[in-house]
Amino acid sequence: MPPTITKEACLLDRIRVTPSAEATQNACKLCAPLGAALVFKGIQGAVPLLHGSQGCSTYIRRYLISHYKEPIDIACSNFSEHSAIFGGGANLKLALENVRHQYAPSLVGIATTCLSETIGDDVAMFIKEYRRSKTGQTLPPIVHVSTPSYQGSHMEGFHRAVWATVSALAGDERRGDARRVNLFPGMLSPADIRHLKQMTAAFGLEAVVLPDYSETLDGGLWKDYQRVPEGGTPVDAIAAAGAAEASIELGGSLAMARETAASFLQQRFAVRPFRLGMPIGIRQTDVLIQSLAEISGRPVPGCYAEQRGRLLDTLVDGHKYVNTVRAALYGEEDLVAGMAGFLAEIGIHPVVCASGGRSMHLAEAIRAQIPASWHAETAILEDADFTAIETAVDTARPDLIIGHSKGYAMSRRLGIPLVRIGFPIHDRMGGSRLLHVGYEGAMALFDRLANTLIERRQDASPIGYTYM
Amino acid sequence: MTPIPILKQREKQIYEKGEAKDGRPFDMACDRHSLAGSVSQRACVFCGSRVVLYPIADALHLIHGPIGCAAYTWDIRGALSSGPQLHRMSFSTDLREQQVIFGGETRLYQALCDLIDAYRPAAAFVYSTCIVGIIGDDVEAVCRRVSREKGIDVLPVHSEGFRGTKKDGYRAACDALFKLVGTGDTAGIQPSSINILGEFNIAGEAWAIRDYYERMGVQVLSVMTGDSRVSEIRRAHGAALNVVQCSGAMTFLAERMTAEYGIPFIRASYFGIEDMAKALYDVAAYFRFDPTLQQRTETLVRDAVNGIMPELLRIKADLAGKRAAIYVGGAFKAFSLIKALRLLGMRVVLAGSQTGNSDDYQTLRDMCDPDTVILDDANPLELSKYVIEKGADLFIGGVKERPIAFKLGIGFCDHNHERKISLAGFEGMLHLAREIHTTVTSPVWRFAPFRSKQE
Repeated sequence: MPPTITKEACLLDRIRVTPSAEATQNACKLCAPLGAALVFKGIQGAVPLLHGSQGCSTYIRRYLISHYKEPIDIACSNFSEHSAIFGGGANLKLALENVRHQYAPSLVGIATTCLSETIGDDVAMFIKEYRRSKTGQTLPPIVHVSTPSYQGSHMEGFHRAVWATVSALAGDERRGDARRVNLFPGMLSPADIRHLKQMTAAFGLEAVVLPDYSETLDGGLWKDYQRVPEGGTPVDAIAAAGAAEASIELGGSLAMARETAASFLQQRFAVRPFRLGMPIGIRQTDVLIQSLAEISGRPVPGCYAEQRGRLLDTLVDGHKYVNTVRAALYGEEDLVAGMAGFLAEIGIHPVVCASGGRSMHLAEAIRAQIPASWHAETAILEDADFTAIETAVDTARPDLIIGHSKGYAMSRRLGIPLVRIGFPIHDRMGGSRLLHVGYEGAMALFDRLANTLIERRQDASPIGYTYM
Repeated sequence: MTPIPILKQREKQIYEKGEAKDGRPFDMACDRHSLAGSVSQRACVFCGSRVVLYPIADALHLIHGPIGCAAYTWDIRGALSSGPQLHRMSFSTDLREQQVIFGGETRLYQALCDLIDAYRPAAAFVYSTCIVGIIGDDVEAVCRRVSREKGIDVLPVHSEGFRGTKKDGYRAACDALFKLVGTGDTAGIQPSSINILGEFNIAGEAWAIRDYYERMGVQVLSVMTGDSRVSEIRRAHGAALNVVQCSGAMTFLAERMTAEYGIPFIRASYFGIEDMAKALYDVAAYFRFDPTLQQRTETLVRDAVNGIMPELLRIKADLAGKRAAIYVGGAFKAFSLIKALRLLGMRVVLAGSQTGNSDDYQTLRDMCDPDTVILDDANPLELSKYVIEKGADLFIGGVKERPIAFKLGIGFCDHNHERKISLAGFEGMLHLAREIHTTVTSPVWRFAPFRSKQE
């Protein structure tokens, strides 16, 4: 008879993990072209094109599809052995031609892979040659971003693609008379992006959000197949970025980075930069709200006072379930830094804060958010894999683990519940609908954290109860 | 909405049966490198190697390259193990700029030593990714050195992504496996013994297949590579017969075992009642020196079919006349699915694969209904175009095809390596039927705009 699989027999409960300095074991990061492709998916009419092997685009598509549960078309220049030896110019030009023919894109975003970077393909020159060969034809803008995956994680790819798009397209031409802000949200969920757009609109501002995949990666059913899903940042709006009132850039570690889209627009077009942390929790949302008030010159709309009031009421109602609780937190640096701030506000001590990224700003960003008395007992891991994270979590024995789906094996092994946030959410529905930002995002997060802890108590109770 | 254009260079990889051109000889183009800029559903050489070797549960699988290739294949297959679970870890040398410039051999050596000391695997596979082929690391030399020092087989797998297609990856995996075959003791093997090749134990499927053969009285020496152990692969050359599933993945190994050890092979598919029964009868026929084997097979098949038939017929009543689209990796799977869907009263309106060869497509054309569209190495635009034109009620494919179906409001069944439900064998046919029934009969499709347009 076929063997019966017992839960106890599985790796998830059994394997002993041993960190190694030279081998990454269960990475807590992805590669740079994934981040870049995601950014291009958030531009209206854009098609991402990876310059490298077929596998890169297929794997990245598959990974993104599992989270967003939407069609995600990413083209590839599809290297052969010949292109690896003699250069990928011919393939890239053919790919551009075919993408134009099939998708009629309003922008093509080319991200390089480790392969094309290593053989030293001059992509800028290939694009120039391609344009020259098409003289007389109207071509869409072609943005190129260098994303070798041996330099940084998917977050570097993401931020670099935002920067590359803005620096390639932005001018100072006026467009309409709305008061515009450039909003660079970082790698948030479609629900977060929708919420941020509502917030800026409530202040009478028109936000040019880059990237804006709130519709392209979270839309309704289709009557016909859409070659490029509707939605996304309009290309001409990015072109007008230099004439905006201000730029708002979100992300604790990004705020410390030297060269970003916001810093570029400041230097080139004197657009005022507001480089803030992720607006997760009360204080960081307050900062965003104040910035919007300052930019717009308008008072804070009443709805935010109401939302903030409801949030505070919720926090008070549930404070006993969360205060003094200890948590482990992992994921993208900006999200981890933002989340650590919110946890500190409600009395949850993030005893382990980990990321696979290595911007070298994570520790600084987190320490700025949590009480000084916690510093000594907060393990901050950069460039970490899940083996290192699990070792740290096993030592700290927190009450909760907070992070994306890939921590499930660790959570199950250690018997500590996992609250899923961020990206990727591969084993649950609704990753696109998770709200992290704003007062409403904080409320949603609080409910999930508190309910997980309540459920734990309830399950542990010998009699169970139906009334708190 | 403007109609979706087909790329000129791809026209010969698309065939619509029953068109005017049907009078001409059928010459479907296939076995080609994917077209640049066409959003192919295919993966790469590395993917091919990884999927074949992945289920070897007591081996260390180390991916030499930057992080992406390892991250995207972490615990990706539903290949179950009855014992060790080492295959479910994702190990990578995670190369950084430093190693890309100065070479990654030192890091590879150290990573291998660390991991072998920590996990004590039965053997180690080292997968070379694109960049390793470019920077020229001598992976063979590092593997030889570690092998010598640690006393286990450390096998390089030449799987640089750009070296060809997924099929070339299968070949690289088979080359690595072949180095293990023939290194073990073959004492105590009975005359009617087989290896099952190309069965990866997704959702425990290999256990069901193995169980059938054992109940027939056949000894299953190894399954490659579902739930397999290095020690089983070492003695696989002692088997009397290789039974190869999956059109491309492991034929290379079977051929080499024929050449080197004189072991013949037959093909099989374990999907659908018809093909499953044939897979068992073919083996029984091969071992006809034992007549009891044939009898036991007949009893087994009869009991199994009788067991599932009543429910299949109930399901068929709801599905009769519905139209299905199939887009899978290997063409053999498509053949079996067409037969299985027919059994449920359904019609296949689109059939395609990522890696079919010209013989496969000839077979596909012969078995398909008139008007069926046949696609080689398709992309989302082509798939959606024909799914709409043909009015499919069901799509069978993998993760990358799922959102295409769902966006248009069409039922969908996963039939790739990530499935969590066993679809092979007689029980598997029932699971497939239930899956199809659950998706096709859902009331949610009534709200799909695509559906209302048709009615």
